[in-house]
Amino acid sequence: MSLDVFLQNVANSITLGSLYALIAIGYTMVYGIIRLINFAHADLLMVAAYIAFYGILVFTLPWYVSFAIAIVLTTLLGVSIERVAYRPLRSAPRISVLISAIGVSFLLENLGIVALGARPKPFPRPEDLVWNIQIGNISFLSLTIIIPVVTIILLIMVTYMVKKTKMGIAMRAVSRDFETSSLMAVDVNKVIAATFAVGSSLAAVGGIMWSMQYPQVDPLMGVFPGLKCFIAAVMGGIGSIPGAMIGGFVLGICEVMLVGFMPELSGYRDAFAFVVLILILLFRPGGILGENVVEKV
Amino acid sequence: MLSWRRKSYVVLMALVLILSLVAVGCSGSNQKDADQNGGQSAAESDVIKIGVYEPLTGTNAAGGQMTLEGIELAKEMYPEILGKKVELVVVDNKSEKQEAANAVERLITQEKVNLIIGSYGSSLSMAGGPIAKREGIPVIGCSPTNPAVTLDNEYYFRVCFIDPFQGTVMSNYATDVLGAKTAAIIQDVQQDYSVGLSSYFEKAFKATNGDASIVAKVNYNTGDKDFSAQLTEVKSKNPDVIFAPGNFLECGILVAKAREMGINVPILGGDTWEAEEFLNQVANYKDIYFSTHFTAEEPVTEVSTVFLDAFAKKYPNKEVNAFAALGFDTYILAKDAIERANSADPKAIRDALAETKDFKGATGIITLDENGDATKTAVIKKVEDGKFVYETKVDPK
Repeated sequence: MSLDVFLQNVANSITLGSLYALIAIGYTMVYGIIRLINFAHADLLMVAAYIAFYGILVFTLPWYVSFAIAIVLTTLLGVSIERVAYRPLRSAPRISVLISAIGVSFLLENLGIVALGARPKPFPRPEDLVWNIQIGNISFLSLTIIIPVVTIILLIMVTYMVKKTKMGIAMRAVSRDFETSSLMAVDVNKVIAATFAVGSSLAAVGGIMWSMQYPQVDPLMGVFPGLKCFIAAVMGGIGSIPGAMIGGFVLGICEVMLVGFMPELSGYRDAFAFVVLILILLFRPGGILGENVVEKV
Repeated sequence: MLSWRRKSYVVLMALVLILSLVAVGCSGSNQKDADQNGGQSAAESDVIKIGVYEPLTGTNAAGGQMTLEGIELAKEMYPEILGKKVELVVVDNKSEKQEAANAVERLITQEKVNLIIGSYGSSLSMAGGPIAKREGIPVIGCSPTNPAVTLDNEYYFRVCFIDPFQGTVMSNYATDVLGAKTAAIIQDVQQDYSVGLSSYFEKAFKATNGDASIVAKVNYNTGDKDFSAQLTEVKSKNPDVIFAPGNFLECGILVAKAREMGINVPILGGDTWEAEEFLNQVANYKDIYFSTHFTAEEPVTEVSTVFLDAFAKKYPNKEVNAFAALGFDTYILAKDAIERANSADPKAIRDALAETKDFKGATGIITLDENGDATKTAVIKKVEDGKFVYETKVDPK
């Protein structure tokens, strides 16, 4: 492999890895606070992409207005999903909430198919944001720089919020124990709603970035990133925000480099992702940055 | 000793159980009666049921929907066969192999159809085929081009050409017209269509340009969005052309990505590329060629003109496409076979279909060979100025 090809593959893996990381952060953040794998997360990503799509194409809004509206509406949707589908199940066993999340996911996908049609539509890339960069023999889109920057900014913001703000402290308290924290005058419902608001806006940003990188929107577009980023979140240690970032990058780099070094195995890319996941979990059952919790009996 | 309340509760539960058992039993037997009636009505009643299984959602949605438009157009023009009303039973196979098998099972056992049409996508057709064979219901495929669809299945027919021909046509075009000496192949390993067509292209290309002429062969999976690594590999090998048959969704992103990465050599594909979704992604680029079954520029028979006029009337805002034409042909071939058999009995329809000779369809003259495949002219189109443009046609030898 020549140096050019290697550097091109580095650029490729940064793009893919940071996209995975961005979406994985949302998964892991919701899990970290309320121990729920929010399967609807990936479908919120689809909703955001569609809102941005209609904003730009149908209402001819400038891209930044359209993106802002997409983030706000998706956040509202995320919070209302929590209100309708998860809050009534607060005292139910965890598995019921999980099933409810899967139900919401299917509902969003099928509503999308009925209301928007199953045929994919081309996502309009804003020209101010997406252009080609050529350095020597290496070429990539401006998104290769924009996505990691956005991911890192959001990572810092989320980490700051969880660690330093009052809401963040309340979130961490809730993640330890619902009942005790409500005894300490923490409004559990409000905290969880805020968690979903942050999680959903992360999904919205992820959805917008995803559809700029792969400019196609369809009602089932969330399924693939949902699966991959869930793996990334587990790899990094689910519940750990920097872990999701690392997991996303590890997954992206592994996938691209497998194809780069062993092109004849390129069809086994997904299988390879799972092999890496299994290896990591064998040696670190909690994921790369996960806490190794010893269950006391 | 149980309390009175507890006792009454137990009695109540027992009653509920008994009632529900009775209810299940009743509904079961009703179902059976209905089925028997259904079975009789399909054979003797005044309705001919034609089942359609096509991907109306999922990765192949556009292909299935275009095909269905053609079928519905033909049904509207010829709503009756042998004086009986035709009923189309449309089932969505969701672009998934398992769903395709379920769809065929349901069409046969529940809907009691006389004949089945479908499906876009060779893998989907191959999933449905064995069930139709087992149940003895004839199926006509509109656009599955993999040879294995009809192989060893005397109940499966199709109105399109097959991949050994399509692969050779594209290989000859690459060598003779585009002057290529080397080629790279990018294939979707989950699609029989993609793998099959790639291997026929490879065989034909190696035969003319030598064994070393295929400089790279890389794979991806259905549903993948990121092709940067595969394209980096292909770019480093510097081929004269790239052959990348596959679903229009993945290929649209793949071809656009190739151009973004500065890969400017001609890119070739197969008939699945003729979809709006593909064009939307690659509209700004050129040197993109693919083979297809039909073009509005070259009407081949008088039926082509009838089809083109009717299509323009029914779908004034839509571009006419090969899949609608094939869907149209499938329906009128089914009508022709039922009329020749003079019966709606599936076995009789099958025998009539097997004898199809010189049937005039919108996409050409259809003669079905011993495998149930049609031998037809291939059309090559290219992308130019944001449109699919007719390039040339290649007759079978």
